[in-house]
This record gives sequence, structure tokens and C-alpha cells, in this order.
Amino acid sequence: MGPLMIVDFTPFSALAGGALIGLAATLVLLLLGRTAGISGIWSGLVVDRQDVDWRGAFVFGLLTGGGLLLIGLPSSFGVPEGRSLGAIALSGLLVGVGTRMASGCTSGHGVCGLSRLSGRSLAAVLTFMIVGFGAATGLGYAAGGVL
Amino acid sequence: MSGFLVFVAGVLFALGLGISGMTNPNKVIGFLDVSHTWDPSLALVMVGAIGAHGLLRPLVLKRPKPIFASAFQEPKNCDIPGKMLIGAGLFGIGWGISGICPGPGIVGVASGTTQAWTFLLTMTVGMAAYGAITRGSDLSAATVPSPKQNG
Repeated sequence: MGPLMIVDFTPFSALAGGALIGLAATLVLLLLGRTAGISGIWSGLVVDRQDVDWRGAFVFGLLTGGGLLLIGLPSSFGVPEGRSLGAIALSGLLVGVGTRMASGCTSGHGVCGLSRLSGRSLAAVLTFMIVGFGAATGLGYAAGGVL
Repeated sequence: MSGFLVFVAGVLFALGLGISGMTNPNKVIGFLDVSHTWDPSLALVMVGAIGAHGLLRPLVLKRPKPIFASAFQEPKNCDIPGKMLIGAGLFGIGWGISGICPGPGIVGVASGTTQAWTFLLTMTVGMAAYGAITRGSDLSAATVPSPKQNG
């Protein structure tokens, strides 16, 4: 097995996009005093139906941003290669159940929690990162990246 | 006014996801799958996001209160229960399969693909099912309701 080849590295757009995400999260904190955790915002809006006014405004913003991306940066979207619709449906279920069980996701625990130096969020992030690497890499080896 | 500014925050968040590559599941899988090649870009997304939010957050917290709320309500729970770690594991598996996490799951429906809608639908079903299963059971005391979630 040779060295791992680095491909498609886009450091500047990654940093810039990440900074924009962090800025948006800061804006939510400044405006509402809350963490910008997307899994909580979405489940709160459509499942629990609590605080729908600000959650609705934020989600409407997400969708509008998506529309802007569709027009201005359509390459930012993609359909996962080598993954059947059934696999994607399953992954959605796992993400939905898992983020509620964990009380957070990449934005809530990753961006907001780690910025707060939360040990709880660190535990969550390490877990989903390691498992995420394991699942994707396992599929890459075992199934040739196809599920 | 508050609604409009929160809307703007959502737009910025989505643009950040798009520019960073998070809305492209193949780029995410390229990061999480190290079996053949590796795209380390998404590590820098986290660096950029935590860098920006980590630097700005203390400045915001110097204020006595948020602009449109009576108090700051960041989560205060410090427990690391097994349930949370199992949930993080399940999330990790799902994320590793599709390369989609909640934020991109919502923004992605703008692309209109069947895959994007399917993910958002089943993610919502999963969230609802978990809520329904834990409501009223012994677990519900340990289940944090949405306002206290880390998101």
C-alpha cells in the first residue's frame, strides 16, 4: 500500500466557507443568544414545533441561500456517487435519529460546542468523526465505495 | 427586523456551506473515505468555522444580552452519557454513507434532486420517530427537549 494521495484539495474555499459558517453562527448568537445547531433548529421547527418564528426565518434563509448557490455556484451541489437511493434514505434515518440522540451535529457540537471548549461536544465530535471516517472508508474498501 | 436578520444569518450559513464544499456529498465522502485517496479540505472548513466563531464569540458575550432576546441560552449540559455517544455514532455512520449532514441536507433541496429530498425526508422521519419513541418513556427524563439541544 503506497502513500495516501491527496486529491481535490481546496484550502482557500474551505477556509473561506468555514469562516462564513462561523460568522453566521456568531450572528445567531448575537441576535438570539442561541447556538446555530442545524439539527436542533430543524427538529424544533418541523417535529416539536417550538420557536417556529426564528427557526422558520433561519431555515427560510438556508433555502434562499441554497437558491443563490444554485444560480451562482451550481457545482457546490452533488449527488453522492456509488450510493443507491436506499442507502441515502437509510443514512437520513441514521442522521435524524443520531443527531437527536446526541443533541447535536457538525454545527451544534462541532462549530459551536468546540468554540465553547465543551468537553461534551468534543466527545460527540470525536465520536461522529471517527465513526464517519470508519463508515466511509469501510465502504471504500469493502464495497469499492458502492452501497 | 429580528426575523429578517435571522433570515440573513441563514443565507450566510448556506453560502458558507456551499463555498466550503459541505453541500457536495462527494467532497465530504472524499474527506471521510481514506481508502484510496484523501481530500483534506473539510478539515479546514472546521478550522475556518471554529476560528471565526471562536474569536468572535467572546466579543458577543461581553454584551449584557443578545440583541433580540432576554438572555444568552447556550447549552449548559456537561454530561457525556452513553446515549449521546451512541447517537453520535449513528450520526457518523449515516454521514459516512451519504456524505450529508443536517445543514447540507436542508440546503441541498434547492438542487431539487431526488436524493436531496429523500435525505431530508428520512432525516425528518428519524427525528420524529426518536422523539415519539422517547416521549413518555423512562428515557424522556434524560432526553433534552429542543431548546436545550446543542443543535
